[in-house]
Amino acid sequence: MPEHPIIPVQARHHLTARIWHWINAICLLVLLMSGLTIFNAHPRLYWGEYGANNDYAWMAVGSSDRMGYLRFGEMRIETTGVLGNWQDSEGKTQKWAFPGWATIPSSYSLADGRRWHFFFAWIFSVGLTLFMIRSLWNRHIQKDLHMRKEEWRPSHIWRSLRDHSKIATIRQSSAKQYNVIQKLSYVGVIFILLPLMIWTGLAMSPAMDANWPLLTDLFGGRQSARSAHFITAFLLVLFFLVHIVMVLLSGPIRQTMAMITGGREVGAGQ
Amino acid sequence: MTIISRRKLITSAAIGAGGLLSGCDALNRSAAFQDVLASAETANFAVQRALGDRMELASEYSIADLSPTFRANGSRDPGTADYTNSAAQGFADWQLRLTGLFRKPEQFSLAALQSMPQRTQITRHDCVEGWSAIGQWTGVPLKILLDLAQLQDSARFLVFHCADRLGGRPYYESIDLLDGFHPQTILAHRLNGAPLPVANGAPLRLRVERQLGYKHAKYVTGVEAVASLAGIGEGKGGYWQDVAGYEWYAGI
Repeated sequence: MPEHPIIPVQARHHLTARIWHWINAICLLVLLMSGLTIFNAHPRLYWGEYGANNDYAWMAVGSSDRMGYLRFGEMRIETTGVLGNWQDSEGKTQKWAFPGWATIPSSYSLADGRRWHFFFAWIFSVGLTLFMIRSLWNRHIQKDLHMRKEEWRPSHIWRSLRDHSKIATIRQSSAKQYNVIQKLSYVGVIFILLPLMIWTGLAMSPAMDANWPLLTDLFGGRQSARSAHFITAFLLVLFFLVHIVMVLLSGPIRQTMAMITGGREVGAGQ
Repeated sequence: MTIISRRKLITSAAIGAGGLLSGCDALNRSAAFQDVLASAETANFAVQRALGDRMELASEYSIADLSPTFRANGSRDPGTADYTNSAAQGFADWQLRLTGLFRKPEQFSLAALQSMPQRTQITRHDCVEGWSAIGQWTGVPLKILLDLAQLQDSARFLVFHCADRLGGRPYYESIDLLDGFHPQTILAHRLNGAPLPVANGAPLRLRVERQLGYKHAKYVTGVEAVASLAGIGEGKGGYWQDVAGYEWYAGI
């Protein structure tokens, strides 16, 4: 007779969640880097339906003589070495907007960049759709991501934010129950930013626009959709950076292993 | 302990990123992997054609929406002696030849094309590079010419031959019959109410509004009906497809 009752060991992260996490990690990285290749073809962003070299760009990467720059409206920031003017691995000066280490492929090819982008966009979109269906089906949304009434109170959100500026609190946190900041950021990313990426991406397609003009019209035009696609991509980069900082602060090896093997429920098993 | 593991983690992340990049470049050079990637473009084409209305019109705009200047890209002037002479006399001698799988191969002068029923449309031109420009185009619907010359049953594609060369090769493009008979597919000779400028493809330019800019062949001299694209250029259906690997279907 065993002394202790056998407690079933339950993974903190379900197998499908882990697979989806790593597929997303690869997809989003490839989509970002191949997206930067596509951006390099025309490193200017506009609002409205049209926008080309003679029209006003609210954001542009450019190069003049021996310097690269990033321009927001009237503000010009020198970016020599990183954007608009940089050395490739052979030491040659290149004037593409984003440098080779940030793009797929590392030397400019719009055709190849588009191929990578569309292939991984398909995998990513199918995965996201399946996840959403499954999350509704197995009540993941209602159970884990639903915001309870008291969690919406500013004082609650503020307290949670304050707690999470303390490393000790971050270390203690587990994935068993999401706090309000986690809920807000996961819901914001999964149900707003990621679908927005797909939507704005499709809105740039002339054939999609012909068949479903609302797709583009709701964004105020193809160039607005392109700008929104770029801005949303960088909001996702921001989320990624915070996500990585949180993983590093809360125990990088434990957290990364948990996302690979599933990890163990705290207090469960031996 | 944690500091070391953190540093280790950052170092391995950097090595990983470097490995990822060279790995991606190696994959990018692999023909087999390129085929895998290209399957997504096949899916784009199949899904857009399957889910969309095949005869749906591209959005049309009003005069107030026009781009102040319509950007010209690619060839801005074919520059050959023949072309320059023709341009000097207002393209009075320009001939559009319909060849290949037609029952009645024909050729039309610019004046003959201009005397046919015309279509005027204000549409958005979307370049594969990402920029867009809105312009007003006037021209003869391609369907009228196809009906006059009568396609043979075996015809599947329409190849547009052009007067310009890029990097020593003649520019050409091709579309399928679905786009060929689409109401907005026209051979335009006017832009924004004036004769088409040389930089934008004078005297004749294809408009195929539901696809990206490189499909819109400029300086069109002929339309060839073919059963397969294999024998034309390098067989991929267009100049940019042959030279740079752009997709034949440019709806996205």
